[in-house]
Amino acid sequence: MTNVSRNRPLSPHLTVWRPTITYVMSIVHRITGVALYAGTLLVAAWLIAAASGPESFERVNALFGSLIGRLVLLGYTWALMHHMLGGLRHLVWDTGRGLGKYESRKFGWATIAGSVTLTILIWIAGFALRS
Amino acid sequence: MSMRTPLSRVRGLGSAHEGTDHFWRQRLTAVANIPLMLFFVIFLVRYSDATHAEVVAALANPFVAVVFGLMLVSGLFHMRLGMQIVLEDYVHGEGAKIVVLMLNTFFTIAVGAVALFAVLKLGFGG
Repeated sequence: MTNVSRNRPLSPHLTVWRPTITYVMSIVHRITGVALYAGTLLVAAWLIAAASGPESFERVNALFGSLIGRLVLLGYTWALMHHMLGGLRHLVWDTGRGLGKYESRKFGWATIAGSVTLTILIWIAGFALRS
Repeated sequence: MSMRTPLSRVRGLGSAHEGTDHFWRQRLTAVANIPLMLFFVIFLVRYSDATHAEVVAALANPFVAVVFGLMLVSGLFHMRLGMQIVLEDYVHGEGAKIVVLMLNTFFTIAVGAVALFAVLKLGFGG
């Protein structure tokens, strides 16, 4: 039997659409979710290092404190904030509110603006508390 | 005229036999995650510069240890549900799908076992 489904016409897909804030935020929500999934390894590593003793804790902290480590943690902070605000948006949508064309666009921009702002504030707070 | 049996209709679980279970659990853990993750982030900000002894002392506090445990369970549960959707969307082969869905659960449980063991050890005094 020939593969019938392969020859069927496809509906327009990602590459033919001009990016809109709602669709970009939808994809970013999924990407940040997957990134947070992988990042649980960092959380587990930090906790098991703390539980193992001062030497392993210092080693993991040095890794996280390096330039690359800090960049990863900065990205992880943003991913968490973005996924949280995106999730709040979804919870509002679940009630049937905010689904209009203009409201949902505003939600999209608020999500990106909010996540960047919160990330900056968290890192400013982190550096301010350093002695 | 419906082709569904009266029993199927009254159960309301549909063809996947689990109804809105996945959707509901994802929302439940999402709501729980908000305060738990905020606590986690504030904790990390507060202890980002801390020594090992200070972190151990902080996690020896029962409240902190319990909230950390809840954060891990709720976060990991939510993460497993979300990844399940991603895998079901992109992995099309039946065999491969079963394998990656199993790996999703194994990963979640492995990370949870390690992280919860660490939190319990620290919670009981290092």
